[in-house]
Amino acid sequence: MKNRSLVSIDDFSTEEILRILDLTEEFEKEPTQKLLEGKVIATLFFEPSTRTRLSFESAISRLGGKIVGFSDAANSSVSKGETLNDTILTVNNYCDLIVMRHPIEGSARYASEIASVPVINAGDGANQHPTQTLLDLYSIRKTQGRLDNLNIFMVGDLKYGRTVHSLMMAMSRWNTTFNFISPEELKMPDEFKLYLDNLGLKYYEHNDFTDIISKADIIYMTRVQKERFSDPIEYEKVKNVYVLRNSMLKNTKPNMRILHPLPRVNEIHKDVDNNPKAYYFEQALNGVYTRQAIICSLLGIK
Amino acid sequence: MKEAKQMSVSAIQNGTVIDHVPASNLFKVIQILGLDRIDNQITFGTNLESKKLGRKAIIKISGVFFEDEDINRIALVAPDAKLNIIKDYEVVEKKVVEVPDNIVGIARCMNPKCITNFESVTTRFKVVSKKNVSLKCHYCEKITTQENMQII
Repeated sequence: MKNRSLVSIDDFSTEEILRILDLTEEFEKEPTQKLLEGKVIATLFFEPSTRTRLSFESAISRLGGKIVGFSDAANSSVSKGETLNDTILTVNNYCDLIVMRHPIEGSARYASEIASVPVINAGDGANQHPTQTLLDLYSIRKTQGRLDNLNIFMVGDLKYGRTVHSLMMAMSRWNTTFNFISPEELKMPDEFKLYLDNLGLKYYEHNDFTDIISKADIIYMTRVQKERFSDPIEYEKVKNVYVLRNSMLKNTKPNMRILHPLPRVNEIHKDVDNNPKAYYFEQALNGVYTRQAIICSLLGIK
Repeated sequence: MKEAKQMSVSAIQNGTVIDHVPASNLFKVIQILGLDRIDNQITFGTNLESKKLGRKAIIKISGVFFEDEDINRIALVAPDAKLNIIKDYEVVEKKVVEVPDNIVGIARCMNPKCITNFESVTTRFKVVSKKNVSLKCHYCEKITTQENMQII
């Protein structure tokens, strides 16, 4: 995978994904190593994303790499009107790898075509966020011991949720059964259902999940944002339907785990946090190991 | 009564005739093939009656023969176009256009948040459906459908 970029989860074959997950396992056992000594990695955050940036910077720092970059376009030459083309051509002289977050869709693909060093997409608008997908896959495999034949519940905003789309596409490689639980206004878009139809995979759509929760192996929660609703009354009607509470977890499978890309607002009640089935903070920690594995793969170090 | 003067679009000796172009897309075809930037003799007629298209256009280009790859670029705007290759006033070959697998630099991505609508990036699409043409953007991965297709 040396010198490749990671822009979209589809850039990696199933074998390559599994290789990254195996490597992540190694980094989980030994997260502090001097593998990136002498390397400079640019973290270009054209829009703020504190969580993702800190996860990358933690991953790099633990491996002894140096970081250059910016956390907000307002603090960079972009505010002076520089094009992405020029920013990338300049920055790629200064570093061995670029991690980039940008609000414009397709910007990461474009950057990867210009740059002479590998580019990792840390989110391009509503399009892709492949390192999140890989850490989700790692969390699923770690908690379930496998990736195939699982029953995955995706809950909340399935229309705009970039992470659920990418995860769904990625998991479709392992004969997954999907249950989509969302308000009418935020249903899984047809193009993704068509994708599953073409693969012959089973999926079910629901407006509520209290009756079926016992079937889940993984519950992947997302935030239902008020600003997504054209009618505020619709939001008021549904806002409490997609909140997970500890009392709902009684009849769930012992292996079931709850994932969330974070930040959480109120969609997972705080009383769930102490339940051993809550896995979202460990999931965030897995993100550091996953990013170490990805960076070292693309640099040809591992 | 005066006899109507007949303006004849004369036959060409060597070159290409592109027939069955939808009249409304004549100038797009001219633009895509770069016919507005060459020195060859070109004649065209438009708003001609056509049973199939309603109103069609026809273009005759003297001394130009297109590669399939180039001519297929007009498939988005003239999917029913038929080509006659003329040598020494005779039709030596007939061709139809085919929607190619990839489209480079012809259509605009309909996603207003796509990088190609912000920076000077040549658009690139994978053709995901040829019948009712729909294009998947190489950059933002969003689909542009035929109804929303804009030719650059």
